[in-house]
Amino acid sequence: MNTILVTRNDLLLLLGFTIAVLAMPIWLQPFGAAYPDLMQRFAIYGIFAIGFNILFGLTGYLSFGHAAFFGVGSYAAVWSFKLLTMDAIPALVFAVLISGLFALLIGYVSLKRSGIYFSILTLAFAQMSYNLAYSVLTPITNGETGLQLTLADPRHLDQALGISSRSPALLGQPLLGYAGFYFCAGLLIVAFFIAQRITGSPFGMMLRAIKSNQTRMHYTGFNTRPYTLAAFVISGMYAGLAGALLAITDPLAGAERMQWAASGEVVLMTILGGVGTLVGPVIGAWIIKYFENIFSAFNEGILHRTFDFLPDGLEDAVVLVTSKFVGEGWHLTLGLVFVLIVVFLPGGIMEGVRRLVHWARRPAEPGRASPRPQPAE
Amino acid sequence: MPDNVVLHVSDVHKNFAGLHALSDIDLQVAEGQTHAIIGPNGAGKSTLLNVIVGRLAPSRGAVVFDGTVLTGRKPYEINQIGIARVFQTPEIFPDLTVLHNVMIPALSRRDGAFRLNMMRTLDSETAIRQEAEDVLADVGLYERRLAHAGALSRGDKRRMELAMCLIQKPRLLLLDEPTAGMSRHDTNTTIELLKKIKSRGMTKVIIEHDMHVVFSLADRISVLAGGRIIAEGMPDEVRGDPRVREAYLGGAH
Repeated sequence: MNTILVTRNDLLLLLGFTIAVLAMPIWLQPFGAAYPDLMQRFAIYGIFAIGFNILFGLTGYLSFGHAAFFGVGSYAAVWSFKLLTMDAIPALVFAVLISGLFALLIGYVSLKRSGIYFSILTLAFAQMSYNLAYSVLTPITNGETGLQLTLADPRHLDQALGISSRSPALLGQPLLGYAGFYFCAGLLIVAFFIAQRITGSPFGMMLRAIKSNQTRMHYTGFNTRPYTLAAFVISGMYAGLAGALLAITDPLAGAERMQWAASGEVVLMTILGGVGTLVGPVIGAWIIKYFENIFSAFNEGILHRTFDFLPDGLEDAVVLVTSKFVGEGWHLTLGLVFVLIVVFLPGGIMEGVRRLVHWARRPAEPGRASPRPQPAE
Repeated sequence: MPDNVVLHVSDVHKNFAGLHALSDIDLQVAEGQTHAIIGPNGAGKSTLLNVIVGRLAPSRGAVVFDGTVLTGRKPYEINQIGIARVFQTPEIFPDLTVLHNVMIPALSRRDGAFRLNMMRTLDSETAIRQEAEDVLADVGLYERRLAHAGALSRGDKRRMELAMCLIQKPRLLLLDEPTAGMSRHDTNTTIELLKKIKSRGMTKVIIEHDMHVVFSLADRISVLAGGRIIAEGMPDEVRGDPRVREAYLGGAH
């Protein structure tokens, strides 16, 4: 069989992505974000966004409930830690399977509708999941407090093997600090590779065709429901994997991970970076997590030092204004950035990148219309 | 009555909230023939086509294709049986390239209604690609194969949609005004193309306003007016039928 595994362009993109991810500790240094905890989050939410884009970017179905699968992944991982072992592999496998099943169930019902009705159905299911986790299913989720590890956990597998580790590990190696980051980074690269394969496969083309014209798909002999359901389940499994990784970095699962705000966040990440592109959602995830963790930590002291060079009265005024946009106000800045991008670059940051490349390549033709947004391949 | 009937529409009625869009439709199409359905605007031509492809369920009656009852089946099942359709307003994938637009129906024919085909890349589908390029060359769109389909002219979109149907090698091809909005030159090119398909033995049902197209292509003509078939026969018979002249041809031609 003359199956080409990866095309040359795909390979270059994968290579570039791998280098960028693994070199994060270096290039994030000037941004003040090069510490393992945060980079780990970058990797985790990158996985979440890549998976979300397989559904939203390729098929065009906008889910407002993907945080439910993220949360289910976290709970499943913590239960694996409690019942089986502190090793990460069973936790990940368990989380991906459970969130996949959960996605199958919710997707089966939600995909009976499309457009706004589909979005509302997913939102409703996610809120139901949140409420179940928060109160009804307290024996499984430990409700408001969140599911935690305790000394009384049986950990049958660890006990049988005589291991008494207290923190998540990979084959005996504790996943703390940089080990944890590189573990998540490795999985991000694998997740990217799989998404790339899906996008470039005949299956991926069918998903894009569904987004482009579902009616034509029907009259071309395709049963589109299994296609959209497969995309939904795959993206749910990505979310579950991300949720499990978050539980590995911090073995605790709370219901707030399933809230609508968390579902909305991954939508923002994808749109900010570029819907339907491979790299865009990851960049969107990084920007949002950067704002959330770094921008929110700026306080007036830092601002005063930054604007020290200004005359006193002016300095106070500038600090007064800018302080509204940092610290607690980081949402305000993020909102502004989001509005600017959606208004001026509807294809997200990746469209900006494409325009720049286009502009750099054709400097001799001023006033040319910018290229229409196209999915990166 | 011809004995090699492949499409049989029997006693079909369609009511929309009391309006009789189709009444008592009986239509038989013989294998390999081109059957034209003509009639004034609002005669029910498109409704009839929609009933055949499963977009609309008839209020009464049945559509049978080569021994298989189509009534009650979904559009994708009807396509998998071997029936393809060209729409009045082209239904294409505007965001994909022309080549991909044509490869998709070829993959439908090869892989069926659903296949989780993730282990290959599109680039390794060389046979499908070759086939798509051949069909595009047939309709004169090979040069445009890498363009985005949404950027094509209306006439090119129609030809591409025709290519999308032809690559499936359907046993029955339904054409809803395939030359509407085309220039005289493009119309003639399309007629030549459809004649070429005819020599391959594909059965066709064609709805058309343009009498030039109808009389160039049709083996048999049914005239629809007010949701009923008022006349049926060979082109010359229909042309001479006084009822047809009154209902349709008289004013227009």
